[in-house]
Amino acid sequence: MNVLIRTLGFSLALMLIFTAVTYVLPQMKGEAPEDTAVDVAALTMDSFISLGEDLFLGKGACALCHNILDRAPDLLALNVVDTSLVRIGDPLYQGEAVNAADYLRESMLDPNIFVVSGYGKKGSNDTESPMPVADRPPSQLSNVEIDAIIAFLQAKDGNPVTVALPVQTPASLVAADEFTDPVKSMLAQTAEEVIAKYACAACHSVLDAEAAIGPSLNDVGQRLSIDQIRDSVIAPNAVIVEGYAPVMPNTSETMVVRELELIVQFLAEQTGDQP
Amino acid sequence: MLLLMMVAITGLSGSGFSSVASAAGQTVAPQISSVDSDVPTDESISSLLPAPKPERSDYPKIGVSSRSLVWVIAQMHLFFGALVLAVPIFVLVIELIGFTTKDDRYDDMAHEFMKISLTAYAITALFGGALTLSLFMLYPDLMNYLTTRVFGPQMLVYAALFFLESLLLYVYYYGWYALRYGNRKWIHLSLGLLLNAVGTTLLVIANSWTTFMMAPSGIDAAGAVVGNIWDVMRGPLWNPLNLHRFIANVAFGGAVVGAYAAFKFLCAKTAAEKAHYDWMGYTSNFIAILAFLPLPFAGYWLMAEIYAYSQQMGILAMGGILAWLFVIQAVLICTILFAGNYYLWSGMARTEGGQRYRWLIKYIAAVLVLGFLVWVAPHNIIFTADEIARLGGSNHPVLGPLGIMPAKNIAVFLMLIFTFLSFQIYRRADKVITVSWEGWANALMVAIYIVASVNVIFAGVYYGYFTNTVYKVGSSVMQVGSTLVVIVSGVVIDTFLFKGAKTLPVSWGKISGRSQYALFALPVAFTWLMALMGYVRSSLRTHWHVYAVMKDNSADNFIPTLQHVGNMVTFVTVLFLIFLLFIFWVANLSGVKQVPALGSGSRTAAQGAA
Repeated sequence: MNVLIRTLGFSLALMLIFTAVTYVLPQMKGEAPEDTAVDVAALTMDSFISLGEDLFLGKGACALCHNILDRAPDLLALNVVDTSLVRIGDPLYQGEAVNAADYLRESMLDPNIFVVSGYGKKGSNDTESPMPVADRPPSQLSNVEIDAIIAFLQAKDGNPVTVALPVQTPASLVAADEFTDPVKSMLAQTAEEVIAKYACAACHSVLDAEAAIGPSLNDVGQRLSIDQIRDSVIAPNAVIVEGYAPVMPNTSETMVVRELELIVQFLAEQTGDQP
Repeated sequence: MLLLMMVAITGLSGSGFSSVASAAGQTVAPQISSVDSDVPTDESISSLLPAPKPERSDYPKIGVSSRSLVWVIAQMHLFFGALVLAVPIFVLVIELIGFTTKDDRYDDMAHEFMKISLTAYAITALFGGALTLSLFMLYPDLMNYLTTRVFGPQMLVYAALFFLESLLLYVYYYGWYALRYGNRKWIHLSLGLLLNAVGTTLLVIANSWTTFMMAPSGIDAAGAVVGNIWDVMRGPLWNPLNLHRFIANVAFGGAVVGAYAAFKFLCAKTAAEKAHYDWMGYTSNFIAILAFLPLPFAGYWLMAEIYAYSQQMGILAMGGILAWLFVIQAVLICTILFAGNYYLWSGMARTEGGQRYRWLIKYIAAVLVLGFLVWVAPHNIIFTADEIARLGGSNHPVLGPLGIMPAKNIAVFLMLIFTFLSFQIYRRADKVITVSWEGWANALMVAIYIVASVNVIFAGVYYGYFTNTVYKVGSSVMQVGSTLVVIVSGVVIDTFLFKGAKTLPVSWGKISGRSQYALFALPVAFTWLMALMGYVRSSLRTHWHVYAVMKDNSADNFIPTLQHVGNMVTFVTVLFLIFLLFIFWVANLSGVKQVPALGSGSRTAAQGAA
């Protein structure tokens, strides 16, 4: 019995040490991406680029290889637009792209069309790329998602974004994990969420908050018409209320139409009579 | 049996298709067989359907995590399966040694090993049945797809082989003493060979299910079966996994029976018992370490094939979310190496000749400790902003380079080389070499050690830090080669050196009790390691049941945190340990005979006959 207890105790102690190692290491959980529809109508160019960045780092798994470890060209370090044009000019290039956006799309949909020297599959003499086709499993990116990644790659170095915002929502368009989809997660659903999202209460008295940097919004519906309120949100510095500084940030680039209508409607109802 | 029934119920039949393109990686086009009829059958039409796409609601809910339940049962089945397939392999070798040397001690030891395997076999079958049941209950769409459409009749073959394995196992064990000497021994050895052939076939069939889910072949992009069963089985990862599991099973089996021997040694009351179980423990450790040494090379091949199949999958393992698990792997493998080396050093006390080599132990220990520290050093850890500012980046300026693969490769290969040195001096401990060229041979051996070590370090440093990724991978081949040269040349040189050597007396049983705990550390670390690496391999599929073909939409389709993994692995290891102690107890019980009390009126058979 003594031997049994000692050997069992020794074995359990050893296992506890192994288990303890798992506790001191970083704890990460790899969520599976969920197929959720992108609300294309809610997209602005900034959120579209942000979506692209999220896909690049997340669902698309691009950053798994395109990083500083040199398993694939480090797209975050390179000026991707300039590099794309160099690749198009390479004598070995046999694709049909004439600009950076087309080249990037072509690379994602047919990675073998041009393999950068040194990055081909082992033994293929750089004729075969190890990169999976973007619109097939496991990444299975939609056209909108591919365009979003291109927009991100163009914008990250200050290049003009040449891909257009998607204009409608085809049934087949699916996007990233709802928990990581910046468009979906950023889109405010109520006026209160809009106020919180754009930090209106940091300067204005609104809802339960008190602030004096900007004029109170609790009675703005009494002072301004609904159109004036809308104009003030879209172009806050066009008309400045006397006694206040023109410091309100311009939200027209980031606020989507739905959010604008939510906040305008809410403010129009703020007549100072509310309890 | 249950598997057979389930397979029969689900109505398996041939696909009726054969492939027209067989080269790996090529699209395999369907071709309707015209043997029976030109009209495809219902079954053949069904195999052309795409893989099912179950929704979350299609997975039955049982109140606990389905994945966790299947995880525990599957792991237990794999542990015992590995044991019962591995033990007969080295039992056959030991039996053959006993037969050729006419030494009955080998034969008795082999028989005692088989006693453990036999008890474990019933438990393997029980967990196999439980696994089949739980898989069909909890993952019905996946199992229906795999059993009825992808693997089909192959599963019937598996079930039939399982019965054959049972039959051969019982005849092999119970026929041991009836077929012990003379020509009858050849019949027994042939039975053992057949048993191992069937066991290995079972292993590779089961492996094909695993590798199909990781790297499917013989189906189209939608999951429709377009090839024959051979196309389905011989995916790119099949053979690497076959080799890896075969070697790992032998190492695991050796370690487990070593624990049995250690347990018996610690319980032994007489010097004869101690001597017997000391020798048994030594043999088990020898098997475990010998099988363990080439395991990294098989692992390297498997990982290289994973990379070749999908770079994304390979990087997920080695540089993605699963990469941290390799820090734990380092701790486990180093535990195995420390335990194996410590046992060898302790074993040198059995003979006076061991004193000649004791001075080397501290240097070997130093290499092992340094290797462990390098291997376990993470590339980066989670810092606060303040810590990053003080450090000047997310990597330590001096220790940072130790966190990447080239440094770890150097550490691993040096540890393997020096473990072989322990093994070599242990083998030399009881020998007095008499050949005249001993000095030259020793000088050559020392030179090989030095050149190999320098080569391992040079390849790691130069190609790892001063060239690009392509050469980094290539440097591992040089390091593998250097390590193999040491092992092979060490064995060859010693074989010639030992010719005519004087053998010093070995006092079996003259070893510290403390050393026996090394024989417990080995199976504990092996078991934990097997469970961990099995989890890593399985997790490479991420949220896919069948990679890139059939999505896992269950509630458990995420990669859990390391803590959760650690808890699960420890749980299954403890469970395995409990079952193992039960097996040891049963194996021990079979040797216990009750003696009738005086005056009880009981009569022995001999008395009755008289």
